[in-house]
Amino acid sequence: MRVWYFSEMAYHPAWDEGLKRGSLRVVLPSGNVDPGVAHGLLNRYLDEFALCDEVGLDIMINEHHSTATCMTISAPMALAVIARETKKARLLSLGSPIANRPDPVRVAEEMAWLDVLCGGRLEMGLVKGAPYEIAPANSNPARLMRRYWEAHDLIIKAMSTTDGPFNWEGEFFHYRNVNIWPRPIQQPTPPVWMTGLSPETGRLAAERGHVVGTLLSGGVAKPMYDAYRQRAQELGWTAGPDRFAYAVCIGVGNTRAEGLRRADLIAGYVRTAGVVAEPFTNPPGYNSLGANIAMLKAGPGRGGFVKDRAGNPVDQTKATVEQFLETDTVFAGTPDDVVRQITDFNQRMGGVGHLLFFGQGGFLDHKDTADNIRLFAREVFPRIQHLNADKPASSRRPVAAE
Amino acid sequence: MLSVSGVDLDIVERGQGRPLLFLHAGEGLWPQRPWLDALAQRFRVVAPTHPGWGRSVLPDWMSSVDDLAYLYLDLAKRLDLNDAVLVGNCFGGWVAAEMAVRDTRRFSRLVLAAPLGAKFGGLHDRDIADMHGLARAEVDKLAWADPARGAVDYTKMPETEIAGVVRGREAFTLFGWKPYMHNPRLKRWLHRIDIPTLVLWGERDRIVKPEFGAKWRDAIPGATLESIADAGHFPHWEQPQAFADKIAAFAG
Repeated sequence: MRVWYFSEMAYHPAWDEGLKRGSLRVVLPSGNVDPGVAHGLLNRYLDEFALCDEVGLDIMINEHHSTATCMTISAPMALAVIARETKKARLLSLGSPIANRPDPVRVAEEMAWLDVLCGGRLEMGLVKGAPYEIAPANSNPARLMRRYWEAHDLIIKAMSTTDGPFNWEGEFFHYRNVNIWPRPIQQPTPPVWMTGLSPETGRLAAERGHVVGTLLSGGVAKPMYDAYRQRAQELGWTAGPDRFAYAVCIGVGNTRAEGLRRADLIAGYVRTAGVVAEPFTNPPGYNSLGANIAMLKAGPGRGGFVKDRAGNPVDQTKATVEQFLETDTVFAGTPDDVVRQITDFNQRMGGVGHLLFFGQGGFLDHKDTADNIRLFAREVFPRIQHLNADKPASSRRPVAAE
Repeated sequence: MLSVSGVDLDIVERGQGRPLLFLHAGEGLWPQRPWLDALAQRFRVVAPTHPGWGRSVLPDWMSSVDDLAYLYLDLAKRLDLNDAVLVGNCFGGWVAAEMAVRDTRRFSRLVLAAPLGAKFGGLHDRDIADMHGLARAEVDKLAWADPARGAVDYTKMPETEIAGVVRGREAFTLFGWKPYMHNPRLKRWLHRIDIPTLVLWGERDRIVKPEFGAKWRDAIPGATLESIADAGHFPHWEQPQAFADKIAAFAG
């Protein structure tokens, strides 16, 4: 099992204001950011990423826009800094929201450049992005996934083509001379990752052999992993744990109380992430027809998508850390506790090769964050690294576009 | 279902007399509501459901209001409509205007009821309310003189019909997301409309405010502007009889 540390580089000083207004995203005016405070926070967060390299963890960066929950507005920009500050860690961009980007060739250039800069340590997420990312980008939510797949195919072809330029006149994107410089060290492309919440995404990722990641709910993750494994089997290959990733808040302490306290602060991210003004939560076309029918049929006041292991819906905006333990949103406690929780989770999921370690969620201060990272790396990581050694590796390499 | 230029369209026909092609709003056709019957007392009403909405099929290649304009011009030819009245509300008004700047041969009257499709204001102005940036309840407050008239209980609706509504919402988004619910070039060509045109506006429309009715009237040669009291953005829905009466007086 690999472990990738990440944080969203939150601007938590504005969370109270966002909660009061009912949205931390899209419509919370940027006057609520003090750029001087943001300067301190960004540099602090980057120090925390650098620490991960020292203690042997890999690093993940994501991006969001127009929000107090996440100041990383460009995964490649953040990774460019981190690439220079690290030596060993693999660097995961998870990722570029390619259905919201007007220029996929630019994405291919950024990723290739990063791979060259960091000496081939890059892993490349091409993601759909959350529904509330539609408004800041003003991308059309209708036919979003058709645009996603065209951008995906174009990016992979751009990165893996060495005898260009080539012509691309598609439904959404038009270029007559695609020929990116430099090209990536990892050929044909760095490993490609996707994200999702549904079995359908699992199947589509399996058709490409990409790594698929999800977050915060074991109940949601399992059907997606299972769909992936089944689809791979249908296509004649075996998907190993190295194709699956799971993001979870982790708080480790020298005592159980300390671990729970840290996890509770990190889970502040989960409690705020979904606080978004209504119209931006479900732009037409973003969610499937079936999901939208179910929402209208259920009427107003429907429950959230996360359920605990007994099947009860959990309100993520208010849940306690104990409730979050029940939904696999959080792993927390002493190193022994956390090793046990991860081992149990891995068993229930059928083997997850990548743990995305959400280790900073706003109000956890620098000392706690650094201690959490160090303690995890020293006491937990060595005991979970070999968890899936008994399982067969994937029998197919990640593929480039046809 | 009728296949027109390769597109399967669900079409309601009602009444006798002069043909009237009714192009529905972004909210959909809702053919069981009274406006089609009110119009059918005076006209032979032909009311297609736009591709993507309801049971009409949206082809993969179709994504612009231009496509709809050509499709309905083909439909008018296919049904051999002559001396017909072309009526569109909201999104349907945009489609009707795009048709009329291209070809009015089969039509002798045009009625645009609170059409989307043109923007007259500047960079920071929102002539057309951002229906996708407001909560549903807020949109309803802007769209209706009395939002209760537009209330729909989806929990009691069959799933096949809900599916039509959901698909319609996505299609509305597809055609109108960017530029938002208008074609920046359309206003430059409205002078081409060469048939008598009535611009109708609900007095309490705040999706596109009644003041924009005058902009449309001024852009179309010889057009007249009338308003309908106690109605918002969907005057045919809130005041079906007054709506039908206005059209009958103009084109009956």
